[in-house]
Amino acid sequence: MASEVEEPNRRDFLVIAGNAFAAVGAAITLWPFISQMNPDAGAQALASVEIDLSPVKEGQAITAMWRGKPIFIRNRTPEEIKTAEAMNPADLPDHSARNDMLPETTPALDANRVKKGKENWLILIGICTHLGCIPKGQAMGDSKGDFGGWFCPCHGSHYDTSGRIRKGPAPRNLEVPPYEFVSDNKIKIG
Amino acid sequence: MEHTSSYEPKSAFGKWWDDRLPVARLMHGQFVDFPTPRNLNYLWTFGGILTFCLVAQIVTGIVLAMHYQPSAHEAFNSVEAIRRDVNFGWLLRNFHAVGASMFFIAVYIHIFRGLYYGSYKAPREVLWILGVLIFLVMMATAFMGYALPWGQMSFWGVTVITNLFSSLNEIIPGVGTAIVEWLWGGYSVSGTTLNRFFALHYLLPFVLFGIVVLHIWALHVAGQNNPTGLDIKTKSDAVPMFPYAVAKDAVGLFAFLILFGWFVFYVPDYLGHADNYIEANPLVTPPHIVPEWYFLPFYAILRAIPSKLGGVIAMFSAIAVLLFVPWLDTSRVRSAKYRPLYKWFFWLLVISAVALGYLGAKPAEGAYVTWSRIFTAYYFAHFLIVMPILGLIETPTALPKSISASVLPGGSGTPQGAAAAPETR
Repeated sequence: MASEVEEPNRRDFLVIAGNAFAAVGAAITLWPFISQMNPDAGAQALASVEIDLSPVKEGQAITAMWRGKPIFIRNRTPEEIKTAEAMNPADLPDHSARNDMLPETTPALDANRVKKGKENWLILIGICTHLGCIPKGQAMGDSKGDFGGWFCPCHGSHYDTSGRIRKGPAPRNLEVPPYEFVSDNKIKIG
Repeated sequence: MEHTSSYEPKSAFGKWWDDRLPVARLMHGQFVDFPTPRNLNYLWTFGGILTFCLVAQIVTGIVLAMHYQPSAHEAFNSVEAIRRDVNFGWLLRNFHAVGASMFFIAVYIHIFRGLYYGSYKAPREVLWILGVLIFLVMMATAFMGYALPWGQMSFWGVTVITNLFSSLNEIIPGVGTAIVEWLWGGYSVSGTTLNRFFALHYLLPFVLFGIVVLHIWALHVAGQNNPTGLDIKTKSDAVPMFPYAVAKDAVGLFAFLILFGWFVFYVPDYLGHADNYIEANPLVTPPHIVPEWYFLPFYAILRAIPSKLGGVIAMFSAIAVLLFVPWLDTSRVRSAKYRPLYKWFFWLLVISAVALGYLGAKPAEGAYVTWSRIFTAYYFAHFLIVMPILGLIETPTALPKSISASVLPGGSGTPQGAAAAPETR
């Protein structure tokens, strides 16, 4: 009896089918309980914001809010642009431009992180890519780090004048959000 | 520990009840005449102290929840109102906030006591593993609780710690971000996050309570370890839990409560951070983010590793490695009292843990990072290298013949050759 392999009978089929049904049912029951924690449609809605850039003079910076995140807007000086453009992406810790409007593989050239003809305007999500602190460098008296951009005081990440990571634990360059110039002095983020 | 309860119902009703639900018989057997090693020292009072801490946190927490508002707009002000306006709110809030720190002081002493006297060794492996789980759930509960006052440290602490999961992006791109947004319920830490943390902070202590019941159950199956690490072999090795161990526990608890009371009544904010009395501001990060003191050693390990994912893995491994301690320690002798070499390594581990705690509070730069790396290296080496190797090469000193021989005059532990009671596997 023990050595013989029994053919699966109708009862075996029913047990397997019943268990499979119960497993699928359990998974489906669990789904709403997990999904309720995700951002809802209200939070997801790409509430876009329009920002007037005309009051921001050369060398100044402002911080706007978009999707609950701070957006760094800096009107860069010609020297800042020049040092940012001189940097070879191959020498950077993160080779990707991290521009939401361009593919992931785009090299981290300064030109790929700003709009053509508007090279002085650097628009970034102001969240350190290490553990989410807000880097210093927006206000006048702030430390801008070793590379003249931003400095995250939490764990010591230094960003350059293009918002690219140069030194410290952060793995990625500061992200460029999707935005467009709706007029010469106005941008729309999102 | 096999023994029969000496419970005798005194009334007719007691007898009737005992035949139907013998709960009094169970409690009497487990907490009154339960055999307790006669040589327990004051380090063994921390189990009772920890039970007190858990109950005190649940009781004060429930009444605080009657006055607290878990919304981004109201949270900060409602905590201030509890402290200033609610009758005895100052006492309840301070007791709960200080209580979290006291809970951790007691649990760290309890863990190191277990490590010193080999309380994790057979047959107490499951007891030890349940203890590690309690420690994990405690940390999760404390972390979510610290978010609730919605001050700057609350907000940025939550931001930094939840962002640890984004390091999973380095394994599968996008997964880390998806998990973090799922935890937040948005694209940044917000009132939604606060609300769910409050719900979980209320739930987890009861989960903790359930695991504690299992922990005590496992303890009462194996029986308590003791400073000699020997098993109870004769009746004279043990005394009934009541009044002996209970009285000792009470002395320990009262001494602990003096320290507790000093913090609650005189320096309630000493263990906290001044920045947490500034309301949460998503646009300004405090210049120096530090977690609560009880997380500092793990925070130092996180920052000691120069890669984001590596740091996160190291931090979680620092806790996970404890789960394997019963099998990493190869020594046949439980108590470090009879392990002349291990004793020194044990204190090196204590020094490393304290040093990491100090370094975790310092900025992550220069010599602080170097020292964090050295102590992190020893922390892991202690468990992964010292414990397995030392157990094989070390010659333990002679063990006393029995628990009573180690403490009673006359029968005082005359060393008789090799280990009298090596652990049996």
